[in-house]
Amino acid sequence: MPQAIRRVLPQLLTLLAVILLVSAFFPGFLQVDYERGRLVGPIIDVIKRGAPVALLAVGMTLVIATRGIDLSVGATMAICGACAAWAISSGYGLIPALAVALAAGLLAGLWNGTLVAVFGIQPIVATLILMTAGRGVAQLITEGRILTFTHDGFAFFGSGAILGLPAPAVIWVLAAILFTLLVRRTALGLLIESIGINRRASTLAGINSRVLLIAVYMASGFCAAWAGIIATADIRGADANNSGLWLELDAILAVVIGGNSLLGGRFSIAASVLGAMIIQAIDTGILLAGFPSEFNLVIKAALVLVILVLQSPSLAPRMARAARRRRGTPVGRTAAREAGE
Amino acid sequence: MIKTLLATAAAVSLGAAAQAQTIGFSQIGSESGWRAAETTLTRQQAEERGIDLRFSDAQQRQENQIAAIRSFIAQGVDAILLAPVVATGWDSVLEEAQEAEIPVVLLDRQVDSSEDLYLTAVGSDLVHEGEVAGQWLVDTVGDDECRVVELQGTTGSSPAIDRKTGFENAIEGHDNIEIVRSQTGDFTRTGGKEVMESFLQAEGGGGEICALYAHNDDMAIGAIQAMKEAGVNPGEDVLVVSIDAVPDIFQAMANGDANATVELTPNMAGPAFDALEAYMEDGTEPEKFIQTESKLYTQDDDPMAEYEARKDLGY
Repeated sequence: MPQAIRRVLPQLLTLLAVILLVSAFFPGFLQVDYERGRLVGPIIDVIKRGAPVALLAVGMTLVIATRGIDLSVGATMAICGACAAWAISSGYGLIPALAVALAAGLLAGLWNGTLVAVFGIQPIVATLILMTAGRGVAQLITEGRILTFTHDGFAFFGSGAILGLPAPAVIWVLAAILFTLLVRRTALGLLIESIGINRRASTLAGINSRVLLIAVYMASGFCAAWAGIIATADIRGADANNSGLWLELDAILAVVIGGNSLLGGRFSIAASVLGAMIIQAIDTGILLAGFPSEFNLVIKAALVLVILVLQSPSLAPRMARAARRRRGTPVGRTAAREAGE
Repeated sequence: MIKTLLATAAAVSLGAAAQAQTIGFSQIGSESGWRAAETTLTRQQAEERGIDLRFSDAQQRQENQIAAIRSFIAQGVDAILLAPVVATGWDSVLEEAQEAEIPVVLLDRQVDSSEDLYLTAVGSDLVHEGEVAGQWLVDTVGDDECRVVELQGTTGSSPAIDRKTGFENAIEGHDNIEIVRSQTGDFTRTGGKEVMESFLQAEGGGGEICALYAHNDDMAIGAIQAMKEAGVNPGEDVLVVSIDAVPDIFQAMANGDANATVELTPNMAGPAFDALEAYMEDGTEPEKFIQTESKLYTQDDDPMAEYEARKDLGY
């Protein structure tokens, strides 16, 4: 089995299990139809609705790989959405609106990255500042109301379709592929991992960790900006109070379900976006199954708990060993082969 | 000479007290468009009546509100309006106002203190709002079968619980109307849209849904977009009724996308000022709870004019 597939195998199996579980409660979960030039069906809704968290998870994976964390992405979404809606409703057109939103996201990342890399503030504290203040900034831009607009070009990013697929889904898949290529076809990924494992040693080895850290937070802001654009285009309005609210936590959860360590080091963007899809499949599944809404959070928490326990360092290797024993592979030889890899 | 001066001063101050009142208003903050509209309307109402309104924004903190009330008492205002951020912890500051003989009127939300400590409370009855919405649907569908989907507010919040109860009260005994799906959309447009998408998937693409009841307008607006994108015609294929009467829902009604909304009026200050005026004139004690009207608006009520009248209130 290729290394890349083996890395995301637990996440793929989990996603499959969640899909099967939801299908047991809602049999039509996997049904996909082609209507009015686009694919429709619950599973399509999952990849569309999961776009903001998947995008945030791409940026969050890189930040977490450097042993950091970015709590401000939800607020950054609100700021970027507000900027875009302001630009559109002031009549600046599509391209300036996107440019303003992306610039705001990069600026938010620059702010976070500077606090972390230059001033040495702990990431959780540094990004907490923007998490708290950012929503206020967004409210200042929207003047405290839901800033609505009518612009079909911009609304396309929320509800349009490209080759039958929802535009938000295409955006997050492209972002995940581009960022993966960027960090894996160059040495960037390796350098990010080395900063996460030991920043001091990396710096002494000649890595410009300061610039790289700032760049990583800016990448997270860039992803948050796209998430904000999608969320704003989706409802054709910037809701500063609610856009991206608590999504930073879902993004961190997606990264963790993706098997990435919060202590930094090795990372997989593909596994993180699969984590985001697992979370969204649970969310959509709960809505489709028709349970009373009081159960939503309890069911989600229980499923997440099960997933994390199955992936935990003390349980997962034991289960893998048990599986091998059943297949009849001598444990010792497998261990030796693993050590040799 | 001094005597005349004193007498004139007394007459002037008495005259001033009778005409231009000073009223302190401790507002919670500006967390929602509705709250901003309430502030705007309170200021407008005060201006119309020639009242000198002292405004204090508490930014969601009770200690700021208590400090504001103490400062109003120190300034010797004629009355205090209070939109309390939480229900408990008001006893001592309300007693201070009572000792200073300054009547306090509660706006929009209630407190747990004894009823003697405030003059009256102005607010809407959330259960009644749900009943008005439900009654509209009962009257509209007549004897036809109707499968309703419901978008609830934030789970466990009192508007969500009460608006659900009221709607269920209204459709009770009408077996042709049935709530087939009910989920929370957290009072947001995104939430309303996402949950409506799943309702449409679960109910055969929307063909089996006859009406949508949303606990607030924002969720209804999100749901309307979800229906349009799924090729369902909101307002005709699926009747849409919601609560709050924010400006954007009137625009949706003007476009024929929404059918009815029940107003949660942000004009709580008008009835409060009326009650205060009567009380100061001849000591008329108002009822302890003044219920604002939960007015129903439909497409026949010139929604575009309603939109124009509301859009600048700060929603």
